[in-house]
Amino acid sequence: MAALGFVGGQGMSDLITMDDLTNDEILEILDAAERLLPVANGDVYAPLLQGKVLGNLFFENSTRTRMSFESAMKRLGGEVVNLSSVGSSVAKGETLYDTMQMVDGYSDIAVIRHPRQGAAQYSADAIGIPVLNAGDGAGNHPTQTMLDLFTIRQAHGSLEGLNVVLVGDLRYGRTTHSLSHALVRFGAKLTLVSPESLRMPTEIVGDLQSHGSDVVESENLAGAIADADVIYMTRIQKERFPDEDEYAKVAGIYKMTADDLAVAKAGMIVMHPLPRVDEIDPSVDSTQHARYFQQAFNGVPTRMALLCRSLGVEVPEEVGE
Amino acid sequence: MSEMRRVTAICNGTVVDHIPAGKALQVMQMLRVDIGRSNPISLVMNVPSGKAGRKDVLKIEDRELTQEELDRLALIAPNASVAIIRNYSVAEKRQIELGSELVNIARCSFWNCITQNSREPLPHKLRVISADPLDLRCSYCGRSQSIEELAESIL
Ligand SMILES: [Zn+2]
Repeated sequence: MAALGFVGGQGMSDLITMDDLTNDEILEILDAAERLLPVANGDVYAPLLQGKVLGNLFFENSTRTRMSFESAMKRLGGEVVNLSSVGSSVAKGETLYDTMQMVDGYSDIAVIRHPRQGAAQYSADAIGIPVLNAGDGAGNHPTQTMLDLFTIRQAHGSLEGLNVVLVGDLRYGRTTHSLSHALVRFGAKLTLVSPESLRMPTEIVGDLQSHGSDVVESENLAGAIADADVIYMTRIQKERFPDEDEYAKVAGIYKMTADDLAVAKAGMIVMHPLPRVDEIDPSVDSTQHARYFQQAFNGVPTRMALLCRSLGVEVPEEVGE
Repeated sequence: MSEMRRVTAICNGTVVDHIPAGKALQVMQMLRVDIGRSNPISLVMNVPSGKAGRKDVLKIEDRELTQEELDRLALIAPNASVAIIRNYSVAEKRQIELGSELVNIARCSFWNCITQNSREPLPHKLRVISADPLDLRCSYCGRSQSIEELAESIL
């Protein structure tokens, strides 16, 4: 509820958790991202961030997130410096605090991804420039949630009253936890589809229901398709399981094919944070429902809007004119 | 106050009364009066108390606990009452105060929190979400803290 992100005394310009944003702010950012679409796909050049330098700090790999931040910054005329942790002072045991002091000097805004939870808030406390959290351990990944919201709104025009079906690993997946929290703020109805062993933690479900939202739990994907406005698939990660047998029981339990979608509403979209394994069959790619590649691209305009916000740069009503 | 006679009155020092029954040892641990000092300490546990059913009482001789030290007790004995004793009489009464954030009082117990690296220099911070029931969350990683574990993580 309370804005965890504001605790460290940092300004409005950091983004550590979705709690840092009000509903109105979320919608403003989505509006700005929409105006930036022609810049993101290269049709229009709008050097709104010319002369600014982004410090991209990926203490663990995430190619998609790192590249989309880099693309967002460069499409807006800014520069990017990357930290490569292998063989650097980080590998030599430098504290995060010391690394951040260096970044503070080299850049105007920092994007951080770190295996330890709390690393983004810690960084924001350590330095004066704005910090964007690009994933801290099992903690928060708010820019992913923002691009997911952007993709849903792009398809349906609004976030309110939608029936969103979340499928797969709902126990460990921070992506689905964060997205479901954001969706209930906008009055979405949630259907949670997972095997028994990967159900969403009860305290999170309780939290979602306390917003007055309709939350249904099920193990059956097929039965949830017809009423869905959005089906959000996730990967079941092998490394989450203590042993092979437990993993084998649930691996491949949800495999969506184009045929399964015959009962779907025309406007229903299928999303996935990618990379996928076998939970979405390639036959789905050519249907009108597939939206996961568009979703990955949407990381660029969404992160553009977030970079502009944190750097205090207004996105004009008519970009590039 | 018949229960107070279970231990003799002290001449100078600090009396911590109305500790939840069974928590006196944790209180000692949190106040760090259990190690490296030679002050006489008397401890009564599970004495009947009209107010709380049962309670523990701790008397530390020849040491006046500071407000900062006492505020640590907010974690396990927020309703304890504290008296500073000088020459056998109560010289001062002190309240335990739970602020909005506990800075460098206890460390976050989550194994994967950034603050687990003891070389990181920023202070340990726990944010008070609610005082009753006590709900503390790490200001960095956001994890709720178990009060039992916190007693072990006092700085
Ligand atoms: Zn923590």
